[in-house]
Amino acid sequence: MAFYLALLLDTILVSNVVLAQFLGICPFLGVSKKLDSAVGMGLSVTCVLVISTAVTWLINHAFLAPNNLGYLQTLVFILVIAFLVQLLEISMKKFIPSLHRALGIYRPLITTNCAVLGVTISAVDEGLDFLPSLVFALGSGLGFLLAMVLFAGVRGKMERCNIPQSFRGMPITLIAASIVAMAFMGFSGLADGIFGI
Amino acid sequence: MQEFLMPVLLLVGIGLVAGIILVLAAKFMAVSKDEKYELVRAMLPGANCGACGFAGCDDYANKLVSGDVPANLCIPGGDTVVKGISSILGKEAVDVVPMTAVVACTGGCNTVEEKMDYRGRPSCVAASLFYQGQLACDHGCLGFGDCVKACKFGALSIQNGLAVVDKKRCTGCGRCADACPRKVIYMRPHASHIHVACINPESGKKVLKECKQGCIGCHKCEKVCPTGAIKLHGHLAWTFPEKCIHCYACVEACPVGVIHSCFYSGDENQPDLLKNQEPVVKEA
Repeated sequence: MAFYLALLLDTILVSNVVLAQFLGICPFLGVSKKLDSAVGMGLSVTCVLVISTAVTWLINHAFLAPNNLGYLQTLVFILVIAFLVQLLEISMKKFIPSLHRALGIYRPLITTNCAVLGVTISAVDEGLDFLPSLVFALGSGLGFLLAMVLFAGVRGKMERCNIPQSFRGMPITLIAASIVAMAFMGFSGLADGIFGI
Repeated sequence: MQEFLMPVLLLVGIGLVAGIILVLAAKFMAVSKDEKYELVRAMLPGANCGACGFAGCDDYANKLVSGDVPANLCIPGGDTVVKGISSILGKEAVDVVPMTAVVACTGGCNTVEEKMDYRGRPSCVAASLFYQGQLACDHGCLGFGDCVKACKFGALSIQNGLAVVDKKRCTGCGRCADACPRKVIYMRPHASHIHVACINPESGKKVLKECKQGCIGCHKCEKVCPTGAIKLHGHLAWTFPEKCIHCYACVEACPVGVIHSCFYSGDENQPDLLKNQEPVVKEA
């Protein structure tokens, strides 16, 4: 139990997928202007991450690893993620139309999201078992959600500030992102310290 | 042979399985899209102005097809759109009540006093946050043109420090009324055109100190009105469009000239009674 908690804490705070590993920067900067869209994007990414990690882990251990085909990882995973996002879209439209509407335009964006590919690959690379991989993916997704929500708040505040002309727009956003990332460095060693692993 | 056959087969296999599953999923979980939606959507103007109260034309079309939403909410579209939508949906056409934006302020640069030399951001919202704006009157039009920016149809302009509505261009979507931080602009049924162009509720003495053209609460309009369509509410005159017979008695009686008719000449919707009359707007 402590292992799973430590893993969750580690992926959410310490090695946050956006702020420590710098994956998924594109949606992090692109969709974080408003809180509700940030939450929508974060939840869809979390959902897709868990499902695609489960499937890619199975494919990796059933087909790729036994045949020594590790070099095909990226190609196969992209294929599988694109397929899963599409399948999720179709089934969500049928069974949960309200969620389908709420996530709106963010569903197709996930297909090309490097955070999803990065997490699925690192789950395999770290040699985690099936269940820990899922927890790893869930934690990464929640970490992404947390980063999005926090940064949406930061950007909301920035909109009301008098920013020097040359820094307006993307420059100040990148600076703010780096400061938030630096703040997250304060969590390093947290999981180890609490759980003593 | 084995070395490249396996990866090729694997990739093709995964792709094939994924493709087949997707095709099956699309077939068995297809959500039938209403044909009417496309027709209704094509009918709407596509300005996404939000006058109907929904998030854009797409959303309104969706609601029209799926639920019991009145078909007469599209004000920019007017009667033609309502008839079109109603015929597609098989409902009876309901008339649109054409609305128009009205500026309830007469004070321009010459009439209203200024209490400061405002040099901040030229926006009504910003100015009204800063000690209620630069005008001595805390209720009047600030004249920075937030409404002009909000209007998608180019119907508003600032003339002599006062927002002016071009009635020919105004579609009645209400965006300017939402944008105005003072609520000086409001929406009014097109047919009722006598309105009090002042919303300052202070007593006459105070109003006169702030502005030469503000409602002073003198009761003259109330007394001359034959139908009781204009009444004082505190120190401010209010009109009741349903009682108004457009006799222009109040317009002529008003000593400060804040009661206006907002008609432009040659309006088809103008009541017969007024067809031959020139619009009466007292010059500032």
